[in-house]
Amino acid sequence: MAENSQTPESVTLTIDGRAVTVPKGTTILQAAEALGNRIPHYCYHPGLSAPAQCRLCLVEVEGAPKLQPSCITEVQDGQVVLTESEEATRQRTGVLEFYLANHPLDCPICDQSGECKLQDYVHAEGRKHGRSREPKRVFGRDDFGGDILFYGDRCVMCTRCVRFMNEMAQDPRLTVVERGNRSIIDTFFEEGVEGSPYAGNIVDICPVGALVSKDFLHKARAWDLDHKPTICPNCSQGCNIDLHVRDNRVQRLKPRANLEVNQYWMCDYGRHRYEWMNRDDRIESPVVNRSGQPVPSDWSEALEALHGRLEEGVRPVKAVASPFASNEDLAALRHLVDALGGGEIVYRLPRADREIPLPGFPRLSRRRDLAPNGRGAEILGMERVGDDEGAGGLDELAHYTGTLVVLGDELADLEADFGQQAALYIYVGSHPSPAASQADYLLPATTFAEQEGTFTNHEGRVQRFWPGLQAPGLARPAWLVLGALAARMEGGGVPTSAAEAFVQAAELAPEFQGLTYESIGTRGAIINEPVALPGA
Amino acid sequence: MAYPYTHEKEVRLLSRGWGDPASRTLEGWKALGGYEGLRKAVEMSRDEVIGVVKDAGLRGRGGAGFPAGVKWSFMPKEKKGPHYLCCNADESEPGTFKDREIMRWTPHQMIEGCLIAAYAIQAEHVYIYCRGEFFETNEIVGRAVEEAYEAGLAGKDILGSGVDIDVTVHVGAGAYICGEETGLMNSLEGRRGLPRVKPPFPAASGLFGKPTTINNVETLSAVPHIVVNGAEWYRQWGTEKSPGTKLFCVSGHVKRPGNYELPLGFPLKELIHGVCGGLREGRKLKAVVPGGSSVPFLNAAECETCSLSYEGVVEAGSMLGCASVMVMDDSTNIVKQVRRTVDFFSHESCGQCTPCREGTTWLARILKRIETGRGTEEDLETLLDLGDQMTGTTICVLSDSAAAPVRSSIEKFRDDYLALIRRGEKVGAA
Repeated sequence: MAENSQTPESVTLTIDGRAVTVPKGTTILQAAEALGNRIPHYCYHPGLSAPAQCRLCLVEVEGAPKLQPSCITEVQDGQVVLTESEEATRQRTGVLEFYLANHPLDCPICDQSGECKLQDYVHAEGRKHGRSREPKRVFGRDDFGGDILFYGDRCVMCTRCVRFMNEMAQDPRLTVVERGNRSIIDTFFEEGVEGSPYAGNIVDICPVGALVSKDFLHKARAWDLDHKPTICPNCSQGCNIDLHVRDNRVQRLKPRANLEVNQYWMCDYGRHRYEWMNRDDRIESPVVNRSGQPVPSDWSEALEALHGRLEEGVRPVKAVASPFASNEDLAALRHLVDALGGGEIVYRLPRADREIPLPGFPRLSRRRDLAPNGRGAEILGMERVGDDEGAGGLDELAHYTGTLVVLGDELADLEADFGQQAALYIYVGSHPSPAASQADYLLPATTFAEQEGTFTNHEGRVQRFWPGLQAPGLARPAWLVLGALAARMEGGGVPTSAAEAFVQAAELAPEFQGLTYESIGTRGAIINEPVALPGA
Repeated sequence: MAYPYTHEKEVRLLSRGWGDPASRTLEGWKALGGYEGLRKAVEMSRDEVIGVVKDAGLRGRGGAGFPAGVKWSFMPKEKKGPHYLCCNADESEPGTFKDREIMRWTPHQMIEGCLIAAYAIQAEHVYIYCRGEFFETNEIVGRAVEEAYEAGLAGKDILGSGVDIDVTVHVGAGAYICGEETGLMNSLEGRRGLPRVKPPFPAASGLFGKPTTINNVETLSAVPHIVVNGAEWYRQWGTEKSPGTKLFCVSGHVKRPGNYELPLGFPLKELIHGVCGGLREGRKLKAVVPGGSSVPFLNAAECETCSLSYEGVVEAGSMLGCASVMVMDDSTNIVKQVRRTVDFFSHESCGQCTPCREGTTWLARILKRIETGRGTEEDLETLLDLGDQMTGTTICVLSDSAAAPVRSSIEKFRDDYLALIRRGEKVGAA
């Protein structure tokens, strides 16, 4: 065959006077988006089927007898589309007025206020004054079970929630009942969406305040929230998420689109495990334990003293790492252990008894490994110990007599005598515990939410995250603390940024070689699979 | 014959046998020449059958008036999977009561038409979607289908032709929107009766996603006559663009309301004053809705010259629709009539599209306010504007149908609205 059948045919059209070339089969709405022109819409969602029923995205197509729904109309070569023509604008203004005819306008007490598509669209193109003088239809509020509340009066009947439950969750618990102006979203049974593991997404995709989270109810106003991009730390899937932060506290988690990892979704298991990021019991400054007397210290003093101890040559070294630590943190630990002559590093990882896939996109699943970076620890040559609760496995280490370094693991299941027989016990972590607090050197580290770094997910995708919270007190990223120590021991350079720390990690693990923060970007990059050369 | 009213001007083609319970049976229908059309059709090629219906110019009697033969020719010639025929017997347009009479008196006429059409489009299955409220009718149709099976006219190897055509009678659950062709298909599939976005059109992807043709009862009932007698014979009635006869359902303020079968192109004036015996004593004609509640009103002057053909009614300012002629004399409160019509559409909107879901109810509420003396002149502008927003902006045409009588009544009977508004202002109704 002379022609390459792999090349998708492309189509060139004009939207509002600007030419755009897109692959055949693209819709007008998508093509407009490629030009940065977001055509208002409710029922269309890129992750779901398009029923073309909200009638908000209608645009003028030259030659067509009437306005066309841009969400389902495929582009044609030479097509001329007008999204801002008098007729198209009039259509949007008209549809918006229809929405407002029965909308309660309770924005002051609505959680969606500030991130509401009805507010946005009406603000942009609504009529100055509504003409409706009629009494409004009242549905009231309904508990949909689980974390979800339904305010029927705010609903715009886009049916995204129904389609999500049917198509993605494949757990049809929602439907439209009645017809015409009396139509309303409802559940089939009393328990509603309770127990459906991905139901929280219907709150995210609801364009208005009809579906809201009980957990978030009246907790914060949308405009007070900072959106901080990060990676969900609650399993090894590595869903791209945003921390929504106010007053240095995480208020909720929301999925961030990444078509290859989690599309637009995240599971409820991950969504509802963020409170620990707001814990107030923190290790806030370095503490040096001298014969049972904990003495708060500062970094230069503590590191100076610790360096002296390490120079004394207490060996051999054993270490405990945490799969909640970043690649950079883990690599810095590996670096330090290697600098001290090498030694075994173990980590403990809670593991669920089963995966919970999203049937409509099974690449997304709540994985069995309930930590974000077990794969990173594995790549850096660490060994998993302990049980599926993430406990046990450290009996031998508890009474170890050499140098003991712990990174991140809270040691919550261990007694205060942990490490007391060690020649030197260094603890680098965020939260105090009886077993941690007795360390000779207790060094405060930031959590993933307070630092920049990368995790390696279950499929070997290295993904970046960014700081969302201010670290308390003197807490510093573990890669900086451990990297400084290693540099002192070996005479190398101290990494001055997470990006540099990653470069150092890549020197330790061939899987990371060639990857940089730049190449990982916001979408992540797959690690190099180890290649066995023939004859090697 | 005893059928409620007949008139010498009628051409009783489809309505032959009405009023006589005997014609309900297979024997009775055969005595009227029944199933000769089917016998003849299966000896013809499929294209010949489509050809004769095309030549006869038979237009869809469900309301849109699309030529039936042309519709059939959209079906794929090469059969790759099942083809279906839907017979739309969900007659529910207010003012329409012709399909019910066909099914009540001559169910075999419809079944024969279904079988011929199914043969022509290579459909192996016919679904007759009956309106749920037609209890007696549905029983009669069910019995007739059984008879047809027993006589080897339906099912396997019909009339020894080697062609298999099954017939299923499906009874709806009472939703006007299930008479919309794609809503009907969703309903048949067990889904909510929501009209589908077109394209794809049913001939490409219809019932169960397979090529499907859907025709109205009256359309299909005309087919056997055309196949037996030919296209030229059928064209002796009607006009060039609207050949044949049509059942007119006349209701309202006439002396003899009822079903009348007349050649298309019959003068509306003569239908009212001649065939139906005229208006009640001392009354004057005020308005006529010529094609079911979805079409615009005609005022008395427009009725004078209106010819009842598809093109004639459009010329007069409305649409023939399904030829449900509602006659209103000068005792009629037009606003009330429009409000009731819009109430109906508001109740029957499926609720998918925003302009229809919200618009129909809004129109109804404004109309109710005007009717009860609480309207303003501004409301009339709002009504017209909302009607504009509801026209041509939705998946199906229910929304357009609700807007049409509002617009035409305000244009043609504005004084009626203003009188109610002024009276309200004077009395000071709250």
